[in-house]
Amino acid sequence: MSKQVIIPFGPQHPVLPEPIHLDLVLEDETVVDVIPSIGYVHRGLEKLVEKREYTEYVFIAERICGICSFIHSLTYVNGIEQIMKIEVPERAHYLRTIWSEYSRMHSHLLWLGLFADGMGFESVFMNAWRLREHILDDLEATTGGRVIQGVCKVGGVRRDITNEKLDEMVKGLKELERELQKLNNVFLYDKSISSRLKGVGVLNKEDAYYLGACGPTARGSGLEIDLRSTGYSAYDRINFKPVVETAGDCYARCVVRSKELFTSIDIIEQCVKKIPDGPVDVKVTGAPNGEYFSRAEQPRGEVVHYIKADGKKNLVRHRVRTPTFTNIPPLVKLLKGVELADVPVVVLTIDPCIGCAER
Amino acid sequence: MTFEQQTTIPIEIGELLPRVEQFKKEGNRLVQIGCAKVGDLFEINYSFDKDFVFQNVRITVTQDTKVPSISGIYWGAFVYENEIFDLYGITVTGINIDFKGTFYKTAVKHAFSVTTGKEDNPCLNK
Repeated sequence: MSKQVIIPFGPQHPVLPEPIHLDLVLEDETVVDVIPSIGYVHRGLEKLVEKREYTEYVFIAERICGICSFIHSLTYVNGIEQIMKIEVPERAHYLRTIWSEYSRMHSHLLWLGLFADGMGFESVFMNAWRLREHILDDLEATTGGRVIQGVCKVGGVRRDITNEKLDEMVKGLKELERELQKLNNVFLYDKSISSRLKGVGVLNKEDAYYLGACGPTARGSGLEIDLRSTGYSAYDRINFKPVVETAGDCYARCVVRSKELFTSIDIIEQCVKKIPDGPVDVKVTGAPNGEYFSRAEQPRGEVVHYIKADGKKNLVRHRVRTPTFTNIPPLVKLLKGVELADVPVVVLTIDPCIGCAER
Repeated sequence: MTFEQQTTIPIEIGELLPRVEQFKKEGNRLVQIGCAKVGDLFEINYSFDKDFVFQNVRITVTQDTKVPSISGIYWGAFVYENEIFDLYGITVTGINIDFKGTFYKTAVKHAFSVTTGKEDNPCLNK
């Protein structure tokens, strides 16, 4: 056995927008063990349920993450609505689904850009973020916010989108689709990208399942785990098939995210075809009394909002299990055996969001 | 909108490991472990999923209870178990990677083990 050395990776590193620290145990250039460490940005947001009324807390839930913000607020209000047995208008469900898919697209395009940058493809990075602007513009036009939308509330949504605007959005997405295809071709067929990613950081199906992998990390290992299949919001009226790849390597995780952009466009198109006219919210009175584990599919995977309430204005407990948090053990597993030079790329492929993970 | 049917089974702490082993044998994945302070007691929820069927087992403990780790059954459980100790001060014994209170770097030790909000405030949402 050669001599082991420990290389610290992070919390500050060019490929990490947020702080995670990994102690990499190396034998020569190969990683043989990894100790992860977080805790640099723990804000204790969940504790604020004790000081903010449950209706106001939606804004805090949304601020858990700056990327999958909308879906955090959606998951939270879904939990409250289930406890209080609130019948949300159909139109609100469709609007929530449309905004969820817009959030997914902006997150995936952000990731594809960062990932390209992490591999040295600066022009691809700029192209991905240029296309992302289209998504952010639509989010801003319909909600008033680019990354924090503030449009979800207990009992529905705060804003409607006119049917004309919805048609315009679909038309815009169809035009964007052609450009996304060109971007996608780089990730799917460029030789330098595939030789950099194929066979690197492999996570097999069984490990992915029992280590708790979720989102594209799980689907890249052949697991068809996509919480949208449970039919929350308007997903029970939408036909879609989760994107699944079986290789379990960095390339597979990248391909899943690339292809999911088109699934999102398809879902939005179906929603616009089916969305009924009508109100977008109902009046909510009283306070929740009960508990529920609300689950939804974020861009990074399954998120769980546990809500426990006792009929008072403040919840007893709000606990969020984010996708990055549960993807840390799989990350440890898939880093073992990789070369030191591949570590940044492998870490990026779980799309780590540490602010989200620590809340 | 479809809401999931969820079951929560309260169990004794001594039943925890056999139950969790059973969940694994049945092919469930571990979704999460989370703690909630209810009065002077602490509820720890262990959540599992198989084919989108969500099941939950719950133990109720005091802060000085020593809870056995399930990381020997589900390797990835260490993140949740370290979190429980750091935020609530409940000791989990036998964790495969034990950070001994340094997983989260909080200004206040075991910050979630005390309730800071005002109690019995009426709900204004009428």
